[in-house]
Amino acid sequence: MAPLDDAKPVATPDEEGTAAPAAGRFLKAIYVYEVPVRVWHWVNALAIMVLSVTGYLIANPLPTMPGEASANFLMGYIRFVHFAAAYIFAVGFIGRLYWAFAGNHHARQLFRFPFWDRHWWGELFLEARWYLFLERKPKLYVGHNPLAQFAMFWAIAVGSVFMIVTGFALYSEGAGQGSWQDRLFGWVIPLFGQSMDVHTWHHLGMWAILLFVIVHVYAAVREDIMSRQSIISTMISGVRTFKDTEAPADEEHERPVKKAARVG
Amino acid sequence: MATLETFYEVMRRQGITRRSFLKYCSLTAAALGLGPELVPQIVHAMETKPRTPVLWLHGLECTCCSESFIRSAHPLVKDVVLSMISLDYDDTLMASAGHHAEAILDEVMEKYKGNYILAVEGNPPLNQDGMSCIVGGKPFTDQLRKVAKDAKAIISWGSCASFGCVQAARPNPTRATPVHEVITDKPIIKVPGCPPIAEVMTGVITYMLTFDRIPELDRQGRPKMFYSQRIHDKCYRRPHFDAGQFVESFDDEGARKGYCLYKVGCKGPTTYNACSTVRWNEGTSFPIQSGHGCIGCSEDGFWDKGSWYARQSDILQFGIEANADQIGTTAAIGVGSIIAAHAAVSALKRAQHKGDV
Repeated sequence: MAPLDDAKPVATPDEEGTAAPAAGRFLKAIYVYEVPVRVWHWVNALAIMVLSVTGYLIANPLPTMPGEASANFLMGYIRFVHFAAAYIFAVGFIGRLYWAFAGNHHARQLFRFPFWDRHWWGELFLEARWYLFLERKPKLYVGHNPLAQFAMFWAIAVGSVFMIVTGFALYSEGAGQGSWQDRLFGWVIPLFGQSMDVHTWHHLGMWAILLFVIVHVYAAVREDIMSRQSIISTMISGVRTFKDTEAPADEEHERPVKKAARVG
Repeated sequence: MATLETFYEVMRRQGITRRSFLKYCSLTAAALGLGPELVPQIVHAMETKPRTPVLWLHGLECTCCSESFIRSAHPLVKDVVLSMISLDYDDTLMASAGHHAEAILDEVMEKYKGNYILAVEGNPPLNQDGMSCIVGGKPFTDQLRKVAKDAKAIISWGSCASFGCVQAARPNPTRATPVHEVITDKPIIKVPGCPPIAEVMTGVITYMLTFDRIPELDRQGRPKMFYSQRIHDKCYRRPHFDAGQFVESFDDEGARKGYCLYKVGCKGPTTYNACSTVRWNEGTSFPIQSGHGCIGCSEDGFWDKGSWYARQSDILQFGIEANADQIGTTAAIGVGSIIAAHAAVSALKRAQHKGDV
C-alpha cells in the first residue's frame, strides 16, 4: 500500500475534481485504520466466533459419541480448538495493545475512556439521540463516534481483559499448580469464590461480548447505509470516505478547540 | 497428666517390635512422598518427641467429620488416637462429660500453652450473640476464641470450619462463619469436605506431628498434598469426558456403561479433593464410581452452587434460578428484537426523508 500519512485526507473537498469522481460517490477520504488494526479486527472477530461456539459446546456438550472411548476424542478436540483460539485471541490483544502506542491516534481510541471530557459526553448523548430517532442527522466522525467508542471500550478493551484473565485462570486448573498460568492467574479463582464461579462469570462474559457483537454488526451495517460516511469498507481498506462536505466532528483541526473546552 | 510419652514409647508399650516400628517409619515416609534419606529423621522424631496434645472442638456441625475420621484405615484411627496424638478433648469421643470434661480444656491450655493443636469441627454462628450454638452453657464462639488464643496451629476440619457449609448457605440466618474469619492470628490448615476423606484427616495430623510443622498450603489454605488437583484430573471416567461420551440421564445406556457424569451435573471439574485417588472406606469407592456425580462438597459455598444435576450452576441473584446460558439467550433475544424494531423504524424514517440528505 502507498504510504499514507497519519489521518491526512487522501483527497480533500478542494481536490474534488481529481479524487472524488475517480472513486465514484465520495467527496473526501481519510486513512484511518492501519494494517495491524485491520488484521487484528478480523482475526479477533474470527477468534471470538470460534471461542463462543466451542465455549458453548464445552458447557453444553454435544450428544454422546458412540463406540469405544479410545476411538473418540470429540470433547478433547473442542477444548483444543477453544484453547488454541484463546491463545490467538490473547496474543492478538497484546499485539493490539502494543499498536495503541505504535500506531496512529485512531489505534488508541479503543483503549481510551475520556470520562472527564464533558464535550465527549455531550456528543455521546447526541449520538444516542440519533439512534433514538430524536436527531435528524448524526455528526460525522473520522474515528469512532463517542457512543461506539464507549461500547468498544467496555465490551472489547475491558471485556477482552476480563475473558483473558478468567480464561487463563480456568486453564491453569488443568495446567497445574506451579505452571505460569497458575502463577499469573491462579489468584483469580479464590477471588471469585471457587472454580465454578469463575466458570459462570466466564460464561456471562461470553454473552456480554456476543451482545456487543450483535449490536456492533447491526450498527455498522445500518451506519453504512444511512450515515454519510463509510463504515464496513473502512475496516477492509482502512480508508474512511465521506459523502458530503461537512467537516467531521473529530477532524484534526478541531482538536485544539476540544482541548480548550476541556480546560474550561 | 504426667510427662507425655514419646510415640516410640507408646508403640513399644503396645507390643510393637523395633523392627515393625522402623518399617512403619519407612511406610510413613513413602506415604508422604518423601525419600529414604528422611526415614532416620522420622525415626528420630518419633523416638524423642512427646505426643502433641490435640483439643478437638465441635461448633455448628453434624459430626460427619468425626464419623469419617474414625473410619481411617491408613493409618488406623486407633493408632492415631492412642499412639500418635494425645487427644485430650473431643466431646463426642471422650469418656468424661460435663464440668469434668470442660476442666480438661483449661488444664491443657495452661500446661501446654502455645504447644497444642486446636482442631475445629463445625463453625461459630455470630448472629444472636452466638446463641445458636451453646457448649457447656456458653456460646461456642467464646470457647473457640478462648482455646484458639494459645494454640500452636488450628486445623479446620471439614467444609463447615473451612468455608461455612450448609449452615452458612443462603440466607444464613445464624451468620455461621468459617473459622479463619473469626480467628485471624493463627496458622490455619483447611481440610474441607463434607466430610473430608478419613485418610486425608489422619494424613494431615501425621504430617504435622512427625515434622512439627504445618504442611505446604495452597492459596486457599488447603494442604497441597491432598488438594492440589481436581477430582476431574484423576477421575477414572476422564477418558469418556475427552471422548465426548456422557451420561444424559441416570437410567440410560451411558449410565450403565459408566460414561462421564459431566452432563448430569458432576462437579468434579471444579472440585479440589483427593476422592478420585485416595477414595473412601479403605479405597473401596467414591461418589463417581458409584454412578453419581461429584457435588463439590469440598468447595467454597457449594450448597449455593447448585443444581447438583446440571453442568451450569444457577445464578441466585436472578431470583428464580437461571444459569448463564438462560440469561444470555434471553438478553440476546431481547437485543435482537430491539434491533429488528430499530431497523424497521430506520427504514421507515429513511423512506420518509428520501432525498433530504
